[in-house]
Amino acid sequence: MDFGLSPEQEMLRDTVGRCLAETCPLDHVRSCSETGSAVSDQVMAALHDIGLTGLLVPEVHGGLGMTLLDAAVVAEQLGRAVAPAPFLALSVLAPLALMLAGSAAQQAEWLPRIASGAVRFGVAIAGIVEERDGVRVRADGGRLTGTALFALDFAGADYFIVGDVSGRLHLLAAASTGVERIALQTIDTTRSIGELRLTGAIAEPLADDGGLAARRLRDAGRVLLAADSLGAGEAMIEKAVAYAGEREQFGRVIGSFQAVKHMCAEMAARHEPCRALVWYAAHAFDTDPEEAALVACHAKSLTGEVHRFVARTATEVHGGMGFTDLLGLHFWFKRIGFDRQVLGGPERVRSDAAQLQGLTATT
Amino acid sequence: MNLEYGPEYERFRDEVRDFLARNGKRAPESAQRAARPTTDAVAWQNLLLEHGYTARTIPREYGGYGAEPDILEARIIAEEFARACVPGGLSNQGVSMLVPTLLELGTEEQKRRWIEPTLRGEIVWCQGYSEPGAGSDLASLRTSAREENGHFVINGQKIWTSTARQADMIFCLVRTETEAPKHAGISYLIFSMDLPGIEVRPLKTMTGHAEFNETFFTDVRVPVDQIVGQRGQGWFVANATLGHERGMLGDPDALENRLLALIRLMQEEQIGSARAIDNPVLRDRLVALQAEVAAMKYNGMRVLSNQLKGESGGMAKLIVKLQSCELAHQISALAIDAMGEMGILYAESPREREGGVWQWNYMFQLGLIIGGGTAQIQKNIIAERGLNMPREPRLALDAAQSRKGVA
Repeated sequence: MDFGLSPEQEMLRDTVGRCLAETCPLDHVRSCSETGSAVSDQVMAALHDIGLTGLLVPEVHGGLGMTLLDAAVVAEQLGRAVAPAPFLALSVLAPLALMLAGSAAQQAEWLPRIASGAVRFGVAIAGIVEERDGVRVRADGGRLTGTALFALDFAGADYFIVGDVSGRLHLLAAASTGVERIALQTIDTTRSIGELRLTGAIAEPLADDGGLAARRLRDAGRVLLAADSLGAGEAMIEKAVAYAGEREQFGRVIGSFQAVKHMCAEMAARHEPCRALVWYAAHAFDTDPEEAALVACHAKSLTGEVHRFVARTATEVHGGMGFTDLLGLHFWFKRIGFDRQVLGGPERVRSDAAQLQGLTATT
Repeated sequence: MNLEYGPEYERFRDEVRDFLARNGKRAPESAQRAARPTTDAVAWQNLLLEHGYTARTIPREYGGYGAEPDILEARIIAEEFARACVPGGLSNQGVSMLVPTLLELGTEEQKRRWIEPTLRGEIVWCQGYSEPGAGSDLASLRTSAREENGHFVINGQKIWTSTARQADMIFCLVRTETEAPKHAGISYLIFSMDLPGIEVRPLKTMTGHAEFNETFFTDVRVPVDQIVGQRGQGWFVANATLGHERGMLGDPDALENRLLALIRLMQEEQIGSARAIDNPVLRDRLVALQAEVAAMKYNGMRVLSNQLKGESGGMAKLIVKLQSCELAHQISALAIDAMGEMGILYAESPREREGGVWQWNYMFQLGLIIGGGTAQIQKNIIAERGLNMPREPRLALDAAQSRKGVA
């Protein structure tokens, strides 16, 4: 019995943490944001050098063959560093889609190229969580028509995994005829997201599995967004505590005032149990598919709520400075906001959780 | 991440299950809360002692089972008893606070005399710590004990002495050294509640019941050897037990069971032609609490793993009392809301649900948020010990006294 990270996972965490501390300081995040790029070549290259691009790709296809819990460990570090680098779709959801619903030939063709960094994938499965603005994607005779919103790791993607209205996944080349790519601007400049307008675009279908792979992708995505939020939230708490220990007013550091101290304690008290829940949700994804969907919902909704509280409270602890652009605290604030809404905000996710347990009306 | 307990422990789990299957029917209904254990509860307690399902690691010579401390065995016992909805061993203040204190700091004579009858439910204890003027600042307590002819003569008042009316004995903090700094002037005494000069008055709370008491001491004479630890060390002795109390108040199995009871309630309660749980707002609140309960469950497993590795529980442990009490309170609040107008019924009213337990819980759990270290004191502890934030500047006098105490 050992509930926690293995020594290898702790090493992975430290390696990624060090790598991001070197390649992705706040100044770098800021300069990427100012140039409008959510993809830092330097951070991407550094992550690739330590093998993270192929983190989930099986070893036989040139990857590291790691688990979702390993990926959650990485996601937490990316959130902590507010790293402008593709990861969720490129290194987790796209390989998972191919591993879950790709034919042997498709796996052999694409997984090694993902691991080697030869191709970059985005993933568009927002439609399976909820349909918005009345748009959807339909598949007909190997062609896709319609609009897919909120494609993740959008900028620079050569290919996309796209979920159609039936929940089936397709592999689509970004440069195909009939594909129009429109970037969406969000609060979070460290992540790239966009929409695909498809008019009879030729795409390669993955297995017709009744939407199973798409649902697994949704669950994995929820867990990793929760993990990202965990890292971003923890960074904000640390910054608030550090600031409260330095800033003096009325002749004392403000951290010695109970009003401020209790704000920090409340953040820590609500944040800390999220860690165990996120770890368990990732572990369940790896070992217990039955339970995984429900725990993924719990992890996603709880981190969504808790880190919204952390984001605003940590900002408040910084007083007026927290509200300025100078400290850059808003990068974490916005990252947490993104993590909360994508693949279902807390209410959406809790409604899914109720359904999964049969708590909704049967009539 | 390895959540397997391993074959040896699974065998142990089977033993516990087998025991519960054979004997579960003999368990009293919720033995825990009754102030004085009933005959059934004492019989059940003795059966558990015999099989080592309570007091498992307490040495045999003091009435325990004498097993080596094993966190996983303890966890399995708790899990299986909770799963079977069968009360575990007595967890009154004598068992959960005095016994660990005596084991750690009592004399051999004290251990032999008091531990076994306490474990067997023959001696019921109450705790004399808080005073009207000494709550969060417990060390400022003023109940005095002056030494006179081989006795301490005690005068003063304690409050929140739950079970004082039923108790045979009290473990009590008194001021023996009036000149010493406040933390260094306290002693920890144990004495009979039958002594002349002790008066117990029930303290009725907002629930309408008197779950607590006030206890008054007028020239109560206690032999000087009924002290645990040395004179002036009472603060240190008491802190050994406060840790046990805080541990006691955060039980993830209890939260899970309350949540399951809430789900049942929401499925049974009809509002018009729909169930309470069919109301999307109520259901959303339920699932939100479910996520929090799950997080506390896995947080508990994380703390357990840290302890197995001999590490301190760290932040994951520090937050348990604050979060669990708050969560329990919110579960009760939702139950009341789910019942709608029925939620106000209380005091054996017609149409009352489940004996009014949800309203009682809702009020009593507010007491638990305040008691055993208020939520605000918990936040100080989280901030100061967990986040290393600076302490509140103290009054000059206090600070001077602490310095003297250290020297």
